Amino acid sequence: MVQPQTQQRNDTLLRVRDLKVHFPILRGLLQRQVGAVKAVDGLSFDIKRGETLGLVGESGCGKSTTGRAILQIEQPSAGQVYFEETELTALSGEPLRQMRRRMQMVFQDPYASLNPRMTIGDVISEPLEIFGLAAGREKQARVQYLLAVVGLSPEFTYRYPHEFSGGQRQRVAIARALAVNPDFLVCDEPIAALDVSVQAQVINLVQSLQRELGLTYLFIAHDLSVVRHISDRIAVMYLGKIVELADRVSLYENPLHPYTQALLSAIPIPDPTVEAKRQRIVLEGDVPSPTNPPSGCRFHTRCPWAIERCHQIEPEFRDVGDGHYVACHLVDALGKFDPALGD
Amino acid sequence: MTQQITTPTPPVAPLPSKNREFRRFLQVLFRSPGAKIGGVILLVTTIVAIFAPAIAPFDPLEMGVGSTLQPPSAEHWFGTDDFGRDLFSRIVYGSRLTLRIGLVAVFISMTAGVLLGMVAGYAGGWVEAVLMRGVDVLFSFTETLIALAAVAVLGPSLTNATIAVGISSIPFYARVTYGAVLVEKNKEYFKAAQAVGAKHFRLIFRHILPNILSPIIVVATVGVSVAVLSASALSFLGLGAQPPSPEWGAILAAGRDYFRRAPWVTTFPGLAIAITVLGFNLLGDGLREALDPQQRRS
Amino acid sequence: MARLLDVQNLKTRFFTQNGVVHAVNDVSFHVNAQETVGIVGESGSGKSITMLSAMRLIPSPPGKIVGGEVMFQGRDLLKLSVREMRSLRGNRLSMIFQDPMTSLNPVLRVEKQMTEAIQLHLGMARSEAKARAVELLEQVGIPGARDRIRNYPHQFSGGMRQRVMIAMGLACNPDLLIADEPTTALDVTIHAQIVEIVKQLKEERGMAVIWITHDLSLLAGLADRILVMYAGQIVEQAPLHALYHHPRHPYTIGLLQSILRLDEQRQEHLKSIDGLPPSLVNYPQGCPFAPRCEFAIAKCHSEDPPLEPVGVNHQVACWVKPEGADILQASQSATA
Repeated sequence: MVQPQTQQRNDTLLRVRDLKVHFPILRGLLQRQVGAVKAVDGLSFDIKRGETLGLVGESGCGKSTTGRAILQIEQPSAGQVYFEETELTALSGEPLRQMRRRMQMVFQDPYASLNPRMTIGDVISEPLEIFGLAAGREKQARVQYLLAVVGLSPEFTYRYPHEFSGGQRQRVAIARALAVNPDFLVCDEPIAALDVSVQAQVINLVQSLQRELGLTYLFIAHDLSVVRHISDRIAVMYLGKIVELADRVSLYENPLHPYTQALLSAIPIPDPTVEAKRQRIVLEGDVPSPTNPPSGCRFHTRCPWAIERCHQIEPEFRDVGDGHYVACHLVDALGKFDPALGD
Repeated sequence: MTQQITTPTPPVAPLPSKNREFRRFLQVLFRSPGAKIGGVILLVTTIVAIFAPAIAPFDPLEMGVGSTLQPPSAEHWFGTDDFGRDLFSRIVYGSRLTLRIGLVAVFISMTAGVLLGMVAGYAGGWVEAVLMRGVDVLFSFTETLIALAAVAVLGPSLTNATIAVGISSIPFYARVTYGAVLVEKNKEYFKAAQAVGAKHFRLIFRHILPNILSPIIVVATVGVSVAVLSASALSFLGLGAQPPSPEWGAILAAGRDYFRRAPWVTTFPGLAIAITVLGFNLLGDGLREALDPQQRRS
Repeated sequence: MARLLDVQNLKTRFFTQNGVVHAVNDVSFHVNAQETVGIVGESGSGKSITMLSAMRLIPSPPGKIVGGEVMFQGRDLLKLSVREMRSLRGNRLSMIFQDPMTSLNPVLRVEKQMTEAIQLHLGMARSEAKARAVELLEQVGIPGARDRIRNYPHQFSGGMRQRVMIAMGLACNPDLLIADEPTTALDVTIHAQIVEIVKQLKEERGMAVIWITHDLSLLAGLADRILVMYAGQIVEQAPLHALYHHPRHPYTIGLLQSILRLDEQRQEHLKSIDGLPPSLVNYPQGCPFAPRCEFAIAKCHSEDPPLEPVGVNHQVACWVKPEGADILQASQSATA
């Protein structure tokens, strides 16, 4: 491997290279493999220290699996994940477990991600016990402190998850993730299961924690308006691949991939005057199955501009300037989307 | 730093302690009339078993305390058997044996079954395949057949019958546990525990076990009644308790020769078995409802 | 304009082991012919229960409608016999739900489920009914409808199943279609498809639509009039533009402030509504929103405000009635 420059090493916290997660489909008495669900099929990206990378896509595009594969909760089928200089994909057992102190996860469903038989205090202190970070009085104090950090009353320590609302539970889940003082947090749709008026509370919490604690986030969501609000850079996934990756402003002001354009146009804006004037790109059909993804560009079956080449050749995921990456045949070398390229 | 990021939270109800949780559980449990009746039956049975010497008017093994095959009377409430033993005293003492058989057998099958099911469900892979296919094979025989085979190997005695009944239910507990483990293993809180770096021991005993305990407790409660029936059946066949032991199944077996002449010899032990079994079943049903988290959510 | 549906003082309670749930509290509203009315609220706000009560579809027990009337085309639905109600449902009145999988019978082919309803309500012969079903499926954009009608529900994707549900809902040319979060379980791009289909069908058929949702953004391009529900009450009802541009209830204002907008500058701090909705078992005294309300005055905690007119077709239940336009403007310019 080429020796990376010192500057880069300090800048990049996480590097993902050609990550793949394929789930085998087993059939019959002998459990023979008859195919694979290609949930994640070759992702490469970096996350810089202190930034938030947003990962958006529709259900089944592999965004949650990506988050889990990075943290090695899901075993990747191929590819590498580097945390600073450590290759996570090469670790197992105790060394991997030790790395979990540095990276944590907040799950989507706060109703399912807390053990119903453990008190809030037990949930939050568990990571402390696991890594022997605090015991006795010190542990108690740390739990109270963490509860305060996420905006919950210390009285909650001895109560059970079922006594709380979704938003409160999500705060508990965040406190648990923060217990070990991690550098990196994967937030897997942390607000998708919450009510509208509570979503804003949790978004604010996640953002202020980043400022206070200098955290780095991978923020996974299906809602582009949330991702835009919270991210520095955004990656758009479709059927196990990243189709576009750019900084927040470029992605919204100059979306290059037709799928990104469609996603943006599909999001309603809470203003009837604006809505009345908007042109909507309504995509035809459904997302194809990841078991048998379309040939060439995976989006060609729904793309309004697909040309012959899109059916056969998979477009290269390339930098078209200023770190704006896109995988589309209809984007020219200067980074302009031009449907006429096909003619 | 905490100042900036704390948001006010609504006032909360006073702290419920673990004790409170338990009291609430009992409240829900005994709200159903079935559980109430079951609880009373088992309470009475237990008291009778504990204080048998004080309750029984005669020695259960002493012959000729009355004339043989006497019908129920003021002196011999349940009558006497063919050896002139007091049937009431025998049944009172028999409750000790019956409860012991039921509890010990369930303890054996539950411990072994839960262990097997947990290992299979947690480990997965070839361990799971080997263990659960083995369980499937055992499952394809009826429990009584397994119990009979076990007694045949161990030799007929009350202890061996208990062990045999215990062994015969292992596959059942293994299956229930295995299924429950698979469900819990795929829940997000389990993934979350993995993500915070929990080791196997913690994952199994802190996370999985407490969450699968309720279905197992329910099954075990009902299981006691099954074990009582099986043990009685073995004794009835002469493979369990040996005479003159006052085990209910054995009394029943001995009485079948005089069924027409002295129906009380078979009726009373039969009733005792039926009532105890009913008690465990009713309580089991009540527990099933009370342990359902849906019921307790307020 | 003629009132198609007129709900007056509807009250629904659920009698549970934990107490009486005040699910719908004195709700009154109407829907005109050919109008699209949006009902917006969080989970537990009573938005779905209100419409299920009007359709007499709440599980009873534990649910019970304890008061009010629901006039539909001159008849009180709450007084109809079970049989009359059944013939009305799926005929003049149709409802589609959030999860199309549970509303379709999994063991029957789509053809059977659709033609049965058509035969029953319109008295058509089987072959006629089938032709109509195929035509409906084509209208909701199911490719190869003639063949797909032979499929079972599980053979359709989520979006396609919702289309099937819509087609079934439209089978008998209803005058009113009630859509209960029909897009919530679907993906963003599919979302847009369903909204477009319903809008288009509404235009073609001139039916009225009640669209229930938790997403205020969605209604901006869809509804003519919007009802905002909170804790089982209507707190504000207004025509489309008035609601988004001149909201008068603090809850509506708070919602609009806390929604992220794709077309706006990024805000550093998102305005949020603190606290949680009240328990419907221990229903609070006074205005149910008062504990979370930044405008609350002493009166709000003791007396529940009635719905009062503040403009044309615009009513609000609030003692303070803050001027939402100014507040929204101020918060926007502060972050720009």
